[in-house]
Amino acid sequence: MNGPGLNSIILALVTFIPLAGALLLLFVPQRERDIRVFSLVISLLAFVLSLHLPVHLQRAQGGFQYEVNIPWIPTPNIHYHMGVDGISSWLVVLTTFLTPLCVLISWKSIRERVKEFFILLLILETALIGVFVSLDLFLFYFFWEATLIPMALLIGMYGHGRRVYAAVKFFLYTMIASMFMLAAILWLYAKTGSFDFVTIQNAVRGGGVEGFATAAPWLFLGFFVAFAVKVPLFPLHTWLPDAHVEAPTAGSVLLAGVLLKMGTYGMLRFNLGLFPEQSRANAGWISVLALIGIIYGALVALVQPNMKKLIAYSSISHLGFVVLGIFSFTQTGLDGATFVMLAHGVSTGALFMLAGILYERRHTYEISEFGGLATPMPRYAALFLFIVLSSIGLPLLNGFVGEFLVLSGTFRTSALYGVLGATGVIWSACYLLWMYQRVFFGKVTHEINEVLPDLDLRERITLWPTAAAALVMGVAPLLWLNAIDPAVQSTLAPLTQMASKVVGR
Amino acid sequence: MSASATPLAVEYVRILPELVLSIFGMAVMVLDPLIDERRNQRTLGNIALLGSLAAIIATLYQSQYPGPGFWNMVNVDAFSVFFHFLVTTVTAIVILTSYDYMEVQQIRAGEYYGLILFGAVGMCLMSSAVELVLIFIALEISSISTYILAGFRRRAAISSEASLKYFLLGSFATAFFLYGVALMFGATGSTSISVISQVLRSGQIPVLAYAGIALMFVGLGFKVAAAPFHIWTPDVYEGAPSPVVGFMSTAPKAAVFAVLLRIMFEANAPGRLWLIWVTAALSMTLGNIGALVQDNVKRLLAYSSIAHAGYLLVAFAALPSGGIPAAMFYTASYAAMNVGAFAVVSHFASAGERYVTLEDYSGLGRRSPLLAATLTIFLLSLIGIPITGGFFAKFYVFSAALQANLVGLVIIGVLNSAIGAYYYLRIIVMMYMREPREEAPVPAAPIGLRAALTLTVFATIYLGILPGGVLEYASRSAAELMRQ
Repeated sequence: MNGPGLNSIILALVTFIPLAGALLLLFVPQRERDIRVFSLVISLLAFVLSLHLPVHLQRAQGGFQYEVNIPWIPTPNIHYHMGVDGISSWLVVLTTFLTPLCVLISWKSIRERVKEFFILLLILETALIGVFVSLDLFLFYFFWEATLIPMALLIGMYGHGRRVYAAVKFFLYTMIASMFMLAAILWLYAKTGSFDFVTIQNAVRGGGVEGFATAAPWLFLGFFVAFAVKVPLFPLHTWLPDAHVEAPTAGSVLLAGVLLKMGTYGMLRFNLGLFPEQSRANAGWISVLALIGIIYGALVALVQPNMKKLIAYSSISHLGFVVLGIFSFTQTGLDGATFVMLAHGVSTGALFMLAGILYERRHTYEISEFGGLATPMPRYAALFLFIVLSSIGLPLLNGFVGEFLVLSGTFRTSALYGVLGATGVIWSACYLLWMYQRVFFGKVTHEINEVLPDLDLRERITLWPTAAAALVMGVAPLLWLNAIDPAVQSTLAPLTQMASKVVGR
Repeated sequence: MSASATPLAVEYVRILPELVLSIFGMAVMVLDPLIDERRNQRTLGNIALLGSLAAIIATLYQSQYPGPGFWNMVNVDAFSVFFHFLVTTVTAIVILTSYDYMEVQQIRAGEYYGLILFGAVGMCLMSSAVELVLIFIALEISSISTYILAGFRRRAAISSEASLKYFLLGSFATAFFLYGVALMFGATGSTSISVISQVLRSGQIPVLAYAGIALMFVGLGFKVAAAPFHIWTPDVYEGAPSPVVGFMSTAPKAAVFAVLLRIMFEANAPGRLWLIWVTAALSMTLGNIGALVQDNVKRLLAYSSIAHAGYLLVAFAALPSGGIPAAMFYTASYAAMNVGAFAVVSHFASAGERYVTLEDYSGLGRRSPLLAATLTIFLLSLIGIPITGGFFAKFYVFSAALQANLVGLVIIGVLNSAIGAYYYLRIIVMMYMREPREEAPVPAAPIGLRAALTLTVFATIYLGILPGGVLEYASRSAAELMRQ
């Protein structure tokens, strides 16, 4: 499929509409209200178009669809090669779903340098989508790095107190880690003469790549380090709490909702896809790190006095599940991991928005500053509870499905890992419910909180979609899973083949 | 000496850009006293701009008539046309940025524009000269102009210091070069690059040739500010007028790199690999580490230019097929981003170059969003972030080095790029994430500067999105160069 059919045109439109919007924004609207409305329209347009991807996806089919493959730069041989499968199409929708909500949540909280803010937000959206749909390693790297600048600027320009420190830390961590990935990509290009993911995958599987056997462990690590920083996996996570606490609400939403998934998506696509043997060989320590992340993240979240930091550490814990699921190499584990990515994007995105709404009213995230908020803000409290429950993993809400699948997949490979991972679910109930109790129940402890206004219409419109998504994903997970399943199957195929070769079944 | 005694008409075409630039340069000098003092700056600037544009056209015209000229002293090929185009375009852009600068700094001297054009003559000639003595003369023409230009802020002691320092050390370096030429002549019996190349390829390499190459390399290494010959750079860049720094950090460097390419590759210089290896590694490391601790933006960019000379030299250690095009691409993209960056710096510096420290840049994103955004693009390109020319420049250089199995050098280069990210980011952080020290908005950019910035931004992004065309041209000219 080389000619750009309607489907691939839609894919390109989804990817570049936000960028085009950002460029228009540079010149056209001047009044701040117009800028906001314009960004909302653009991001909604991208969302509506992106729905086309999963809806018209041939679900029974494993490989990439909507492909477009046009030569872009002759030397090095870089192609504009885009395409989606069941996994990436939903991640694209997650991105386009969260961006309009980010626009809405920033409606009032961003008062200065409004135009720059929305330009950065829209550029970020294009870069994020690009990461998920690129099938050319170079293009992938290109978008991967491109997410860095707008995100760092969003944190550094619109963040709170120590924003500069957080932005620079975020930038350097990710940038240095991705250099290892670039090195690995260049090695692959030098040996295969192509940046094309599918071509390289075939070459590697066919065993025709010279020196691959000796280089593969290093290449695996090169990719893995870049992804592990983004996830973030346990010892590399220290940038995340800083970035989250200082970021503006919209930045946190996209950071937790989508940026972290770039890491797990990368592991799924590239580590498993290109280096199945090394993935197997390294699965042991990676799973241990993931488990440490799950438990450590939860324990640290438990003692956080700062609401946003608590949610940030809960992300480390939840993303541990994703990594655990990916490196279980079971169909259920990977299905679950992908589902957790989506579910976490929705519910943690919503949690950050909720925290942001409170911040707009009180300019603090300290849990001790609140208490008894259920009385002045009943609607807010109800929605908050709903989202907390979905994040904990209450059955019939989105968090449950993914974590259940991950754990059942993990049990199949190692019962111990499964048991340890399952404690994470309990921990998440502890820290989130305890936080909920301290913030909402009991008497109003600070006088100023008695008169806090409840959610207004804009805030309700922002939050309802996330609640609805959490519910639908929990009730009808098959809508998602039957697209994810075949894609996971084709990712896993070489791994299971290899395992049967090794075990001799 | 095969050519006829008197040069043919077509041979004059082969030095047409140089002729055009000289004529316009002289016109500027002659007209300077004749024009009313209050208006002469603009007028002379316009003449110089016209001259550089005419030289660009002459270059394009000249590319139709490739071949040797003037008793095989110059040679017009795709390679020389590339550098002619680069030098003349940079000249035009620098002239555009100078208009406003000269007025703000209250420098009234018409010879400024003349000297820029004369400098460009030398630089153009360097890229098409294929004879060592002519290369020496061209190098001197370009150097002497830049020595004077560096001292143009006559009221500032620091500028005179820069000029004197540059002149003393520079003459010393040219002497090295001349010695090298002499030894080379002794070793091979000729100063023509093609003859030298034949001798060096024919087997036994005389010991004198090694010494000759080393001495020439010292001279040229000084001109491109490669470590360990870089000590002059920060002081000179700090003192010299900012548009001049933009000029001398790009155009003469590009020309000297052209000479280096000819000597190293076309003449097949012996001992090339380790010579380049050490200098490249040193330049990258010392440049980046030096830049880390700078508080003055001009000094920071000076150290950054040392580091970039190092990256560029990495290409010289690679094989000709990959190294030459990579080096050519690098000079082009470096020229675009560095001239642009210095254009912003020189506008922002204001009268007497008051605002040149990092602190002064705090809150620039608020005081002048457009200027800050432009500088950000150049800085991102200097870091080597995708969609900018700087990314592909580094990419081509490092992949050429990988092809030649220079893994060690590439690792040093990549680590250095990571260090580099830090200090460029400091400027961006200052501009966007700190509160401004002064609230007053920066005066809007005048039309000349705007044109210059538009051009450089366009070039930076173009090289970052569609690098194919330029690279292909560079590869073609490299192939031509190696066939000779």
